[in-house]
Amino acid sequence: MGKTLSQKIWDNHLVHSGSGEPDLLYIDLHLVHEVTSPQAFDGLRITDRKVRRPDLTVSTEDHNVPTENIDQPIEDEISLKQIETLRSNAKEFGFTHFPMGHPNQGIVHVIGPELGLTQPGMTVVCGDSHTSTHGAFGALAFGIGTSEVEHVLATQTLPQPLQETMAITITGELPPESSAKDVVLAVLGAVGTGGGIGAIAEFRGPVIEALSMEGRMTVCNMSIEFGAKAGLIAPDEITYEYLKGRTNSPTGDLWENALIEWQKLHSDDDAVFDREIVLNGDDIVPQVTWGTNPGQVIPVRGTIPNPTSFEDIADREAAERALEYMGLQADAPITSVPVDTVFIGSCTNSRIEDLRAAAAVIEGKKVSTGVRTLVVPGSGLVKKQAEDEGLDDIFKSAGFDWREPGCSMCLAMNPDKLSPRERSASTSNRNFEGRQGRGGRTHLVSPRVAAATAIAGHFATPEDL
Amino acid sequence: MEAVHIIQGTAVPLDRSDVDTDQIIPSDWLKRVERTGFEKGLFSEWKDDPEFILNDEAYSAASILIAGPNFGTGSSREHAVWAIQQAGFQAVISPRFGPIFKNNSTKNGLVPVEVDPEIGNRLLVEVQQQPLLEFVIDVERRLVEVPEINLEVEFPLDKPVQHRLLNGLDDISITLTNEASISTFEEARMAWLPSQK
Repeated sequence: MGKTLSQKIWDNHLVHSGSGEPDLLYIDLHLVHEVTSPQAFDGLRITDRKVRRPDLTVSTEDHNVPTENIDQPIEDEISLKQIETLRSNAKEFGFTHFPMGHPNQGIVHVIGPELGLTQPGMTVVCGDSHTSTHGAFGALAFGIGTSEVEHVLATQTLPQPLQETMAITITGELPPESSAKDVVLAVLGAVGTGGGIGAIAEFRGPVIEALSMEGRMTVCNMSIEFGAKAGLIAPDEITYEYLKGRTNSPTGDLWENALIEWQKLHSDDDAVFDREIVLNGDDIVPQVTWGTNPGQVIPVRGTIPNPTSFEDIADREAAERALEYMGLQADAPITSVPVDTVFIGSCTNSRIEDLRAAAAVIEGKKVSTGVRTLVVPGSGLVKKQAEDEGLDDIFKSAGFDWREPGCSMCLAMNPDKLSPRERSASTSNRNFEGRQGRGGRTHLVSPRVAAATAIAGHFATPEDL
Repeated sequence: MEAVHIIQGTAVPLDRSDVDTDQIIPSDWLKRVERTGFEKGLFSEWKDDPEFILNDEAYSAASILIAGPNFGTGSSREHAVWAIQQAGFQAVISPRFGPIFKNNSTKNGLVPVEVDPEIGNRLLVEVQQQPLLEFVIDVERRLVEVPEINLEVEFPLDKPVQHRLLNGLDDISITLTNEASISTFEEARMAWLPSQK
């Protein structure tokens, strides 16, 4: 029997395997940020351990950083302390760190790929659940907790029990109005938040193959939202084209050698997945979440569900609670709901292609009166490229705030937050209660829908403007 | 990590599904660089509601948290586990756990007890009716016992995870017994792989 892509990567990283023990996997790249690492470095100091491979460890500041006035000291003293702690840990343990204001600084899952640090067939971990993003390159990438961060720092390995495999095939062709974000939201709508628990999900089929690397990253990014350990996509010409010439990509003979190995990275025809789901891409229309978990999703042109329509009692109760929290009326069209804020950013949708897609929608238009709008590029490099292309002018003329890179309003650890009952259309990944600020009401959408919503003042697709 | 064999005590019924780690410990609490002091952050936004079950005096001595399915989904923050433990809980019972949360739990000695949805529902109802119902969670036998209602169910726990819980073992020292294999693996890594040397 053939192997799946994830099994091949797994086997290529096996350091030790013993019966009755989890496999010990080697980790090729460990990305680190300020929030989930301080207690891990403390652990190393207590046990007098070093970072085994500082050369395979790269860190940046993203969760806490302000997106305005970054030349000024950080006002929040606790945030400042956390950032300074990472800077001093980088110095003490000797690994590369990109601080605020550095051209390579940005959201950890944006900078890894754009610097060519993420390559096919690698194992990538980070103390952040959205590490699944890097799976877009055919890497096995997953989020870990702080105990595991310490473990990787000390040993460059992780003990891992075997995972099930899951194939998610998107057939047909995506309608031109739909994007990668709509694909992954549609998957979430189909399988629910628990649908991938215990599995590594491989996205495949013509719709996935047609996506750019940015789109593939958006899809893999949200694998964790249906509980998958990781999400990944087999590398192909689009992957190689993206990687060619990046800072850490191989060159010359090494590039040719790498290509030979990368071309082996696909699931064999006779490989068997433990679970399979198939969605028809022809039917995937622009999506928006209505509730407080990312599986509570409907088409933008749909109506807000009535809790009585759920057969499962737990789903019904969850829907009732979600509607109350979100301040929504069952059965109303969601396009009738006005928004207060539009946020374009996060590790899901802050790459150059996302900014281009949003800019194309708003060019020559104005943000609806009273709607607060902010664009937070994923990294210093994305920001610079967007500025070189004049996208910042398009956003600013339409009335958007153009900010410095960071996680920003995705999780409200910096000053960018929603107020209680404030409603956002957000290109981020989680609509949990209070995620964007205490009492805030988050609706997840694609960059195109976010842009159209900013112009209309209520949920809308560009085609409805 | 301290060894854990038997957990004996009462439980609090948190009758909600999809309790994500943002609810367990809101992001304001993640700015701290310490490993202790998270108990006040546990469900801090929900706790403002006086009706919230964790504010109910009847359950103030509980050492077990029972919740609906998909407990601990979302963010990888281990702070969620620290907050639950530091607030006095030793085990969480749910029909299904977020995978990173579950993993983080066992690294800290918080026992994730996965039960059938029907059993989960029954336990929620029983504890709502009888707050002082005594539970015994036996890690060695992988059993949840509630003698007063004649309930005894098994729960899954990987053998290696169980071994580490029972002996309070630290993963890093176990891994470092394979030091020779790690070094051998490193010597054979592909030359093109990125490195910041």
